[in-house]
Amino acid sequence: MISSSLIPCGQFKTSYAKDTTIFDTPVMRAWAVASVLFLIAAPSFLNNYHLSILIQIGFMGIAALGLNILVGYTGQISLGHAGFFGFGAFASAWLNNSFGVPVVLAMPLAAVMTTVLGLLFGIPAGRLKGLYLAIATFASQFILEDFFARADWFSGGSSGAAAAPVNLFGYELSGDTGFFYVVLFWVVVMFLIGSNLLRTRDGRAFIAVRDHYLSAEVMGINLTKYRILSFGLSSFYAGLGGALYGHYLGFVSAEGFTILMSIEFLGMIIIGGLGSVAGTLMGTTFMVLLPEVMEGGVSIAKSLIGGDVSWLNEGLAYIKQASIGLAIILFLIFEPDGLIHRWRLGRSYWKLYPFSY
Amino acid sequence: MSTTSPLLEVRDVSLGFGGVRALTEVNFHVNKGELFSIIGPNGAGKTSMLNCVSGRYKPTNGRVFFEGRDVTGMTPNQRATIGIGRTFQNLALFGHMSVLDNIMVGRHHLLKNNFLTGGLYWLGAQKEELAHRRKVEDIIDFLEIAHIRKATAGTLSYGLRKRVELARAMAVEPKIILLDEPMAGMNLEEKEDMARYIVDLNEEWGMTVVMIEHDMGVVMDISHRVIVLEFGRKIADGLPDDIMSNERVKVAYLGVDEDEENAAEAVA
Repeated sequence: MISSSLIPCGQFKTSYAKDTTIFDTPVMRAWAVASVLFLIAAPSFLNNYHLSILIQIGFMGIAALGLNILVGYTGQISLGHAGFFGFGAFASAWLNNSFGVPVVLAMPLAAVMTTVLGLLFGIPAGRLKGLYLAIATFASQFILEDFFARADWFSGGSSGAAAAPVNLFGYELSGDTGFFYVVLFWVVVMFLIGSNLLRTRDGRAFIAVRDHYLSAEVMGINLTKYRILSFGLSSFYAGLGGALYGHYLGFVSAEGFTILMSIEFLGMIIIGGLGSVAGTLMGTTFMVLLPEVMEGGVSIAKSLIGGDVSWLNEGLAYIKQASIGLAIILFLIFEPDGLIHRWRLGRSYWKLYPFSY
Repeated sequence: MSTTSPLLEVRDVSLGFGGVRALTEVNFHVNKGELFSIIGPNGAGKTSMLNCVSGRYKPTNGRVFFEGRDVTGMTPNQRATIGIGRTFQNLALFGHMSVLDNIMVGRHHLLKNNFLTGGLYWLGAQKEELAHRRKVEDIIDFLEIAHIRKATAGTLSYGLRKRVELARAMAVEPKIILLDEPMAGMNLEEKEDMARYIVDLNEEWGMTVVMIEHDMGVVMDISHRVIVLEFGRKIADGLPDDIMSNERVKVAYLGVDEDEENAAEAVA
């Protein structure tokens, strides 16, 4: 919810239902619907490279929204999100490979398995807060990484696991175009569920636990239950995102889900805006695009410098990594409220245009 | 009133933190429909007493009964669901939520939707949420905070925050509402408003009120019954007029001559 001062003038709500919508104004909803329609049409004019970026934004965004529910809304920092993301990827491949569960079903089932795991690893949250909880989730990251490397029956150990493409009604959605629609479907569903959650009882309870746990308890909120539930829900999102990731790549390897990825997820929600559903998507888009933009920037730099640019080619990987770190630091210093705050400021600036004084 | 069993009964409650004895064998009861005040000098144990009733602290000794039921072992959130609501002395709103959402949190135990039905909003929770929104709007009307319902709670002025906190406690629909210094730090006008709300809350909404307050004018004007705490002990219990004329209370608030004090200690 945002404060009324940021809503454009001339908006009058005449029923409680109209006052509790996800989008503040009908215009915003229209824009959101239009963007989804645009994305449905997108494969007809975008090439595979652009589609693969959108797919990445999709599955990373789902996982990042889960982390935002946990960190942004419930106020519990987690350094183990990549572990759950990876678990979802392996679980979905495992369900499909070992039991022949169709991939369409295996992905949500894997998310449910990850939820159970998240509830388990969330138990320390009943007791621990702040930095201590961060260390506990840090431990879960390493436990899971080690599990992926050793549990041959589950993950294929060091050789990894193959993940079959999505198969719907006998039609294989293997290419970028087909998979794009699968991801788009889940993004829309999960972001709607997330937004709904946060305007109902349990979502408010999460925020209450974050803002003032003592008075939340006096309002009848069971702190332990909600702290652990938040881990469960966040793991569901991570697991689903991971499952989509696995089936998109077609192969899941134990090396991918490191602490660096966990931090990257944290970076996404910090840059996008802690405690904002829309901000999550902005932050993910930013983080996924940043390395691509850097690559583009480097190739421009190469053509400008001319001559021997092998050092630039070799440094490209470092430049990509460093730019992510730099972006996180710059955002923490200059815009800790994230991109969503910038967006809101922009909106309120144009609110009374051209009479904005 | 005294013939019915009390709504809240505090029996021999003692509370110690290590060597510090915050409360010593405090007894009192609150009848249904009463406007009951706890007063006492700073550090007398008033808030500790309230914390024992709301469940924040667990008494070292003694028991707390609510509607004849022993609630001493219950957690604060369980106590909220059986009808004990409270406000805090230091503002304890959910700072980043809107006023409306703050009050809606108070409906937590009355709402039935969960993360599943809530997530599938249109199939599950919407009807219920809107019905409760209706109830919350009644409270907003009563406390005259309609103009700030969409404001972020953390940005409000002190007096308004206190009022929102009262609204949130009312939303719990408690049988007894514990108010910890509802008028602290307010100007005269805000105090008058708050006193009126508390009296209306008691008379029109039929809520039993337990209030801690330092403003003696207000306490003596609106309370039905008053107890006085000093150094964790109850030193007086009675009608406001009796308390005003009680010698012990005067001594507790104003102090005594050193000679008299020495004499009293010698006797003890």
